[in-house]
Amino acid sequence: MRRVVPFVAVLVVGAILIFTVINYLPPFGSFPQRKLGAFENQSIGQRILENGPRETGATDVVTSVVWDYRGYDTMGECTILFTAVCGVLMLFLATRGQE
Amino acid sequence: MMAGMTTIVRTISRLLFPFMVLFGVCVVLHGHLTPGGGFQGGVIIAASFVMLWLAYSLEQSPIEFKLFRTEVLEAIGGLTLATVGLIGLVMGVGKFFGHVLPLGILGNLLSGGDLPLLNIGVGVEVAASIVLVFYAMLRKTGWDEK
Repeated sequence: MRRVVPFVAVLVVGAILIFTVINYLPPFGSFPQRKLGAFENQSIGQRILENGPRETGATDVVTSVVWDYRGYDTMGECTILFTAVCGVLMLFLATRGQE
Repeated sequence: MMAGMTTIVRTISRLLFPFMVLFGVCVVLHGHLTPGGGFQGGVIIAASFVMLWLAYSLEQSPIEFKLFRTEVLEAIGGLTLATVGLIGLVMGVGKFFGHVLPLGILGNLLSGGDLPLLNIGVGVEVAASIVLVFYAMLRKTGWDEK
């Protein structure tokens, strides 16, 4: 019984997931169109893919998103990294002054 | 007491080290042209240093590690990002992270406005950060003293 219940649970959840993927996910390569603000009938991803190289001068669209469209966000990420490293150094090298 | 690993691992990692650093620098510099960028290239550079520390020990490593200089490098990398952003705010089009430098020809190494500068800055910061974290943990836990 202790083995049967988890096995049945895994089977049921797996069947639900497979059913959902087959019936409700959009087909491969197409993503849902977001109607947001000025971009009627045009998703943001498609717009960035088409205009990114011309607007930012980078052939790598990921870089153009990370450093140009979302540059502020990425700078915050780097601040988080900096703070985390400061915390690790504080924890692990705290005895440096006493040596 | 044999600190570090065997001679085979040491030799291979010593021979591999400059190429790994070169690959990391290449990934950072081509961040706006090819997949990759500052974060990924910085981690590759840091991984090459960590590989040397694992193969040798922390004390016998052929590279000379200066804690203070690495901390300063990390701060410089972080400051580069803020500086470039503020320059865009002050001198450029009035936006934070606005482009100041010309975009150049698409696909050239020197193109993309401020993106290469930002990539280099974040590459330096990430490389120094990961190296610092691994140094602190290796030294504290005494991985090579067993």
